[in-house]
Amino acid sequence: MSDMAVSARSFRLATVPGVAVVLVALLLVFAIAAPGFTSLPNLSNVLMQSTILLMLALPMTLIIMTEGLDLSIGAVLTLASVVLALVVVSTGSMLLGLGAGLAVGVAFGVVNGGLVAHLGIPPFVATLGTLGAAQGLALIVSDGQSVVGIPREVRMIYSGTFGGIPIPVIIAIVVYLAFHGLLYHTRFGTYIPALGGNREALKLAGIRDTRVLVAVYALGGFMAGLAALLLTARMSSGHPTAALGMEFDAIAAVAVGGTSFERGNGWLFGTLLGVLAVGVLRNGLNLLALPSSVQVACIGVLVILALFIDALRSKP
Amino acid sequence: MSTLDIRRPAPAFAVSQDLVRLAYRLLAAGLICLALSLTTDAFLSFANIINVLRQASLLFFMASGLTLVILTGGLDLSIGANIALSACLAATVMKATGSPWLGGLVGLGTGTLVGLVNGVLVTSLRIPAFIATYGTMWIIHGLTYYYMAGETIHGFPPEFRALGSGYLWGVPVPVFLMVVFLAIGSIFTQRTTYGQQIYAIGANPVAAHLSGIPVMKRLVLVYAISGAMAGLASLVFLARLNSAEGDIGDSLTLPAIAAALIGGASLFGGVGTVSGTLIGALILTLVLNGMNILGVSANWQPLVTGAIVIFAVWIDIKTGGRSSEKA
Repeated sequence: MSDMAVSARSFRLATVPGVAVVLVALLLVFAIAAPGFTSLPNLSNVLMQSTILLMLALPMTLIIMTEGLDLSIGAVLTLASVVLALVVVSTGSMLLGLGAGLAVGVAFGVVNGGLVAHLGIPPFVATLGTLGAAQGLALIVSDGQSVVGIPREVRMIYSGTFGGIPIPVIIAIVVYLAFHGLLYHTRFGTYIPALGGNREALKLAGIRDTRVLVAVYALGGFMAGLAALLLTARMSSGHPTAALGMEFDAIAAVAVGGTSFERGNGWLFGTLLGVLAVGVLRNGLNLLALPSSVQVACIGVLVILALFIDALRSKP
Repeated sequence: MSTLDIRRPAPAFAVSQDLVRLAYRLLAAGLICLALSLTTDAFLSFANIINVLRQASLLFFMASGLTLVILTGGLDLSIGANIALSACLAATVMKATGSPWLGGLVGLGTGTLVGLVNGVLVTSLRIPAFIATYGTMWIIHGLTYYYMAGETIHGFPPEFRALGSGYLWGVPVPVFLMVVFLAIGSIFTQRTTYGQQIYAIGANPVAAHLSGIPVMKRLVLVYAISGAMAGLASLVFLARLNSAEGDIGDSLTLPAIAAALIGGASLFGGVGTVSGTLIGALILTLVLNGMNILGVSANWQPLVTGAIVIFAVWIDIKTGGRSSEKA
């Protein structure tokens, strides 16, 4: 083994296992403490529920790599789900509904990107503002009520299988591979870490950095629209508060997955493991009869710990 | 154009510039009042004016503490969750002991403690402020919901409820407190060394550190003050509602940020005044009150508040010449 291979390996050991250790530790703890955790139906349930979170966490990884943040993604998902449900119920067409959901998502994504890239508003405040807007719109278009009467073909998107594999899992795999290809094998993908790590160099290289930035946020909105299909199918309704706060789970998955908030370093596979860690944590606490409130608090502690470790790493 | 980017020039000039900023905002508030009194009958009633001032005072308590944090270039997203936790713990203690003083002490103490934790996360653990306080927000939120388990605590001693609904020399107590804290806040920021150090940290943290300002200590102080003011707001809120629930703070953070930003505080640090924040709180309350009187559904409030936040930051960038993409 050459020296370079060793140093590459030790680098990997230093940066990679954090999230893997967390995931394995959580799996072990709940396998021992939570009755029924290791049963096949439960584990597949964790996997199924993680698919929606993955839809948000993947674009969130790219956004955070640009030194950005999207606090609105949960509210946009909620709004897209309500709009999707309204369109599906009134027209009976799943494609029209999906189109409307995606349009809402992309519109919010473009607005977020525009506010950040063109007006120079700090991302966390810009998206906090659009969070309020999306949350308000979800209440307004639904009049505060659940939109029910979702046809069976839409519900099958979550509960159906294709070749023995649940459809959400297939969608998640396709989406993950698409993001992997986009980030690691396209020119667009190489601009993303540069936006966070060295924006000046990108500008000097003649790249229209604002366009790339808007595209990254628009992608986040698009994924929220796609996730809205799975969410609506799972809940058989469009509810105006359905996914409020889910942005925190997504941010937690990215942070635990080892993506840095300050230097453009990101790792998609880490995010995948982070999503599973958040899913396992929620599921395990659920089996221990601890309510959602405790789950959120635990995820909060996990995030603070992950950020602390990241800060230690960045400024030795 | 000078190469030095000093947003806070010599004191004499700064005062007059602050006054100009203040005058514009007062004018805006006046115009909203004028429009509302012309278009509605309900606005210009004594009861409604008192109502506006009461609501603005609550917003001011949250936003004034937050203003100090924003002055240092930070942000506190945990205010709403902090208020809920402080109010619920204060309510529990008051119910158990019957003592409004003990309850008040617990409310203020809880708020301050949460602020201190934020301060330590931001300074000692070097976590970016917005994400650190975002994390604590969810932790506190979860703890409060778990602790309350959907229950409501209500019915407090009358001497405590006076904090929300009583009068002192003909002035509602919260409004009276608002004036007191406006004076304290203005003197603290404009006339004390601590206050000037806070401005200096926001304008240029490195220069502040090099000129011997204990940056870490001052940062912990501003987060603690923000927490303490959230504790105070929780008590006034509790006294007015006469009941505590786990979700009372859920929708308070965005308006608090909006009030500070409308008031002229800059997210990029070093610019803003406590008196500006008072005007900001008044303007936001007037807008929301006006929508209410005009029969606009409360569902529109988060949308309007969100839009106002973005607009306020955009104005700041336009007039201050800074943006998040600092070179």
